Amino acid sequence: MESNYLKEDKTLVLKITEELDHHMVEKLRRKADYEIERHIPRKVIFDFNQVSFMDSAGIGLILGRYKNISILGGQLELINVNEQVEKILNMSGVLKLIKINKEECA
Amino acid sequence: MVSKYDNEMKLEFLSKSSNEAFARIAVAAFASQLDPTIEEIADIKTAVSEAVTNCIIHGYENTQGIVKVHCIIKNNQLIIEISDTGVGIEDVNMAKEPLYTSKPNLERSGMGFTIMQSFMDELNVESVVNLGTKVTMKKTIKQSLKGEDNQNNICITA
Repeated sequence: MESNYLKEDKTLVLKITEELDHHMVEKLRRKADYEIERHIPRKVIFDFNQVSFMDSAGIGLILGRYKNISILGGQLELINVNEQVEKILNMSGVLKLIKINKEECA
Repeated sequence: MVSKYDNEMKLEFLSKSSNEAFARIAVAAFASQLDPTIEEIADIKTAVSEAVTNCIIHGYENTQGIVKVHCIIKNNQLIIEISDTGVGIEDVNMAKEPLYTSKPNLERSGMGFTIMQSFMDELNVESVVNLGTKVTMKKTIKQSLKGEDNQNNICITA
């Protein structure tokens, strides 16, 4: 995962480069929380451009971060989500809480 | 040994989370001989990943055990059995409920069985407390339709 903090916009972009399964999610959760606590961003963007695989562990990662970010008063946004990932997000009801931004391709 | 199936393979590996990717990729590679679409392969990988993860974190509760994967191909149908000899599930119907998880503290979403059920054609869960759990999933890969599509594509491009 690559992180990039845009100071002016108070936006943290977390670009996921791993396959999102239970094994990888354990590591990514720690890194994402560290970056979020360090910057207290107004907005966090998860970039899924390089995510070739996701299972229900990914849902847990997204919902867990959504909770933490909301407590800190921030927003969470998902970009570059492929069809397979969207199918899983849809099935679990995540998209009722968190929006996919289809215009932005940061 | 003569198999009564068109093809068959078995895998056994330690219940380490790093084997989740290995298991789904191995099953996907085995399934590829049925000429599935990219979407079908993605569905199979996701279902296998869910089942194997369940064995590791629920069946063996992160202790060491053996996860078994048995795949069968019979008449365009892929049958996948994934089993452990772990703690078992007390109430299978409750475990299958969407959003139910016995481990909410681990940020589990409770969507594993729901995903297996909707990504595969059939899902069957057998479990005995303290003996283990076996998940059987079936998916038919439609052959003839795709063949016609391919021919049409060739005609168009020719």
